[in-house]
Amino acid sequence: MADKGPTASIEAVESGLAAQGYIASRQIATAVYLSQQIDKPILVEGPAGVGKTELAKAIAAWRGLKMIRLQCYEGLDEAKALYEWKYAKQLLYTQILKDKLGEVLGGAETLHDALAQLHDFGDVFFSKEFVEPRPLLQALEQPAGCVLLIDEIDKSDAEFESLLLEILSDFQVTIPELGTVTAIAAPTVILTSNSERDLGDALKRRCLHLHIGFPEQKLEERIVESRVPGISQTLRKQMVGFIHEVRSLDLKKLPSVSETIDWARVLVLLQAPELGSEIVKDTLNVLLKYEADIEATLPQVSTFIAKTSRQSVVFG
Amino acid sequence: MRENLHRFFRAARGAGVRLSPAESIDAMRAVSKVGFSDRTVLRDTFLLTLAKTQDEKKALGACFDLFFDQPEPSQPPPEDSETDKSDTQDPGAASDTQGDADGGDQAQDLGQLAQMLLSQDRNAMAAAIANASNAAYLSDIRYFTQRGIFSGRILDQMGIQRLRDDLDALTATNPALAERLQTALDGLRDTVRETVSQALMLYGREEAENLRNEILRNAPLSRIEPRQVAQMRVLIRQIARRLRERYSKPRKRQRRGHLDVRRTIRRNAAWGGVPFLTAWKRRHRDKPKIIALCDVSGSVARVSDFFLLLIHSLHEVVSDVRSFAFSGHLIEVSDILESKSPEEAMAEIMSKVGFGSSDYGNSFADFEHEWMNAITPQTTVIILGDARSNNLDPRADILRRIGERSKRLVWLNPEGRMAWGWGDSEMPRYSTFCTVVRQCSTAQQLERAVSDIVASYQ
Repeated sequence: MADKGPTASIEAVESGLAAQGYIASRQIATAVYLSQQIDKPILVEGPAGVGKTELAKAIAAWRGLKMIRLQCYEGLDEAKALYEWKYAKQLLYTQILKDKLGEVLGGAETLHDALAQLHDFGDVFFSKEFVEPRPLLQALEQPAGCVLLIDEIDKSDAEFESLLLEILSDFQVTIPELGTVTAIAAPTVILTSNSERDLGDALKRRCLHLHIGFPEQKLEERIVESRVPGISQTLRKQMVGFIHEVRSLDLKKLPSVSETIDWARVLVLLQAPELGSEIVKDTLNVLLKYEADIEATLPQVSTFIAKTSRQSVVFG
Repeated sequence: MRENLHRFFRAARGAGVRLSPAESIDAMRAVSKVGFSDRTVLRDTFLLTLAKTQDEKKALGACFDLFFDQPEPSQPPPEDSETDKSDTQDPGAASDTQGDADGGDQAQDLGQLAQMLLSQDRNAMAAAIANASNAAYLSDIRYFTQRGIFSGRILDQMGIQRLRDDLDALTATNPALAERLQTALDGLRDTVRETVSQALMLYGREEAENLRNEILRNAPLSRIEPRQVAQMRVLIRQIARRLRERYSKPRKRQRRGHLDVRRTIRRNAAWGGVPFLTAWKRRHRDKPKIIALCDVSGSVARVSDFFLLLIHSLHEVVSDVRSFAFSGHLIEVSDILESKSPEEAMAEIMSKVGFGSSDYGNSFADFEHEWMNAITPQTTVIILGDARSNNLDPRADILRRIGERSKRLVWLNPEGRMAWGWGDSEMPRYSTFCTVVRQCSTAQQLERAVSDIVASYQ
């Protein structure tokens, strides 16, 4: 990559992302740094809501690049991800150019000659003008480079994975009628996966593999601090501690970072001075998304609160 | 350093991380960017470039810690390989400080190794061991049975032969020094043995596991020892995972060449019905529906146990499994298996129907009476048993009706083919109504049988 300036060191990456409100752990920063240095895509795995997609957005904002997002789903194919011919435009043009074609071919005596002349014009209707670029091709065509986010790759079919291989390793795609399109500037590619199914080895081999789990308490406090600035320090400590206690329970869906942030916003909105069992019980539905989970947590609420406030006294 | 990286990659492979050459090249490039100065960054870099799953990350992290704790020839030797040696030496060293002088003039006649041992130069010792390990290709160690060979080779490389001669000579001339040397030698042996064990842990883990699994895979299920049962369960889970990966691909496939006219017209309505986009007919593949009848009497019980474990860990591949267990009579056990851990479930099943004398006729009658409706034309019925019905009425007519109602009727028999039809075995009579009859006594045969059943739905 020509522009090595902002990604000179792991620390620079860390502070760059932090400026965009994304507090990255050391491992995430290392991954981003390496991906810039050796031009490799990053495959990010982890539970829902730990900031996999946010990472791509933060990188795009920090580097001042355009972000192109491709949301994967079952049945996603070449035509929707890579490129498509503009059929209607092709049809329209043939209609308009009908007379012109007649003129051009007028001189031909036999059908054979006409065909030979037609060949001379080459594939006019299969040229760049008639290609509708979809996200993958768009990403390659950005002159300044971009951040390409391929979201939830595990939702797509195994066939689609194979389609990505050429792009991921060489940053190019081959369109049969046009030849190979190579990236003007290599895009930063981020793939995310919720591990719904195992990805192929060929795909994994081409990527740096980053697993983002739930952050440590200190890091999560910093994340809340940067995302919800209005929250007081004691409350922040208490609520993050509380969430860490909840995560130790055996729940259907553990609260992730996005839920932490939502909850922090709710607590600020309700102007809660500190964590009390009443307010926790009222707002638990922000944190937990299943009735069974809420029922399992309710009896523990006061214990957790006592535990976390003790901690915040000791360390605060 | 590059040499060290290559050794680390080999160690990583030993730890079960699958590394391709391309990945090691990536790792090298990445390392050249981040450098060796910061150990945590180096560790993160390896985890990012080499490991591709959570499990691999864990294995690789452990491997990294183990590997870079090894004694480095050029650096002051770390403690772990030397501690026990110095432990055994210290008392001798303390009492013999005054003997150093007379040891000194004799040292000239001694071999290099003896001198090194007597001078107690730890740096030199660590370096010598490391060099000898390299010369003996210690990183080729694969099985625990090779420990002796490699220890011997390393000691040979270090010149143990010469040391023995020295020792013999000294015993005659200077018994005190000989004794000191003997203690030091014992210490050296311990250190070398430790080095080899550590190397085995690094490089040999995968091979050892493969060997053990290979043996286990071909061992008759009915006769494995209790201590192996847990290992076998792990193996069965691996098999289940492999089958899941192979068969859980999306079940919609385009049927090329068959135009779906209705969908094509609808899709192209925007262009006045001119068919730009074609829609092809799809073929839906069914997920297998399985009904398993397992004999849990006597010797077949163990095989049934593993079979049920395998079938019930195939959720992604198999849409509907109903399991029944029988010996004298038959009960449904699907709920027990779903709700409990394998050990508890099997114990409960056994207490309900296990260990009676088997009566196939009666059990089939039970099945027909209550559950015959569960069989649809998409169902595969699997019967696992030795078909030894204690000379009671085999009721082969029920089996025929089961066969007629189902897609396939598969009989898995843990006994060898030779024994079918001998004594009270009703196998020949039953096998006429079965689509497939297989012998199934080892984990490998079990895997093939289940794989075939699932594959028939693809």
